Amino acid sequence: MNIDSIQNGVVLDHIQSGKSMDIYKYLHLDQLDCSVAIIKNVRSDHMGRKDIIKIDSPMDVDLDVLGYIDSNITVNIIRDGKLVEKKHLELPKKLVNIIHCKNPRCITVAEPQLDAIFLLSDPAKHTYRCAYCETAIDKKF
Amino acid sequence: MPRNIIDVTDLSVEEINELIATAEDIIENPAKYQDACAHKQLATLFFEPSTRTRLSFESAMLALGGSVLGFSEANSSSTAKGETVGDTVHTVSCYADIIAMRHPKEGAPFAAAQYSEVPIINAGDGGHNHPTQTLTDLLTIHREKGRLDNFTIGFCGDLKFGRTVHSLVNALSRYENINFVLISPLELKLPRYVKEEALKKKGIPYTQTTDLESVIPQLDILYMTRVQKERFFNEEDYLRLKDSYVLTPEKLVSAKQDLSILHPLPRVNEISVAVDKDPRATYWKQVKNGKFIRMALIMKLLGIEV
Repeated sequence: MNIDSIQNGVVLDHIQSGKSMDIYKYLHLDQLDCSVAIIKNVRSDHMGRKDIIKIDSPMDVDLDVLGYIDSNITVNIIRDGKLVEKKHLELPKKLVNIIHCKNPRCITVAEPQLDAIFLLSDPAKHTYRCAYCETAIDKKF
Repeated sequence: MPRNIIDVTDLSVEEINELIATAEDIIENPAKYQDACAHKQLATLFFEPSTRTRLSFESAMLALGGSVLGFSEANSSSTAKGETVGDTVHTVSCYADIIAMRHPKEGAPFAAAQYSEVPIINAGDGGHNHPTQTLTDLLTIHREKGRLDNFTIGFCGDLKFGRTVHSLVNALSRYENINFVLISPLELKLPRYVKEEALKKKGIPYTQTTDLESVIPQLDILYMTRVQKERFFNEEDYLRLKDSYVLTPEKLVSAKQDLSILHPLPRVNEISVAVDKDPRATYWKQVKNGKFIRMALIMKLLGIEV
């Protein structure tokens, strides 16, 4: 299968196989006017199989969202058909309005206009806690 | 940004020790502090009923020569009209120098702190935190034992929803050589995250049991708690668990003679009234200590030294 290489844009590589649609949703890629290619189940020496997303337009990728979803993803910035930057992700220390607290006693449930803030409490277990009520959230991905 | 006390760990161990020293000086020399907060105003914003906490904050500010304003239930504030916590606190911070706030929702004081121009003290947020009760407990332990290290403390009752327990476990985990004994029904055990963060990560030993009588002889401090009706969604669960532990003079026969029995109050029936006469009952002294440690905290957050 051939997908044209892009001239100016972003390639998200090393996506865990089957997770590309989640990323499509969380990065709101459906709202872009440009071409977006989702390539699933690509053979990979490292991962066995992986997904790739190619976005045919320069854009600021929300690295916090991507890092939270899967910190193994690499973000390749393409300019004039050349790879100019390769960003490696890490688990963000703070998430703002990406995930929401499920504790019915939390003030953010009663007052949803408040920013939903989560802080990384255990990097080894990828555990985040609500900054308001400290409820832990299980990683969704 | 004003300094806020949302969680007891917002204070360093050194700061807590300083507050205890100030509180003990206030107890010895109350006249020295009677005008310390003259012309300062404390707002007590209680979105949930309280006797001890609200009155002790108000009594503390009055004893420092300051004045108080506020409300004692959500229905008598603009919350009843749908105002957010942030807007209420933003408004009040225009009138007062410091705010003590109780709210039934967890994290409400943290939310309030984003909007306040004056220091916020968390006076209890749902089942989450209650740092000034913890400071009260620490002052009481210090006055009874002369130290905040090297003892065995038993927590008994509702350890799941008991915010005073969570805060005190967290605070004591920063002192040396404390042995924690956690006594509760299986359904009301200390939450895993509290054990993980406060005890396991620091390698602090603890024991969990459902049987108070088997562990009472080893305790230096017994911290009793009430099973709180307001924390249950299901009344059946509350009725089943509410009488899990009732401390009586008979159960204290095998306890140490220098045991200190603490309780954040109010109690329902988990400590028999007959225990009040026992010299080991410390909970009424604890109530009194609450005022002195809050005086010390108000002064600290207002930057007032005497």
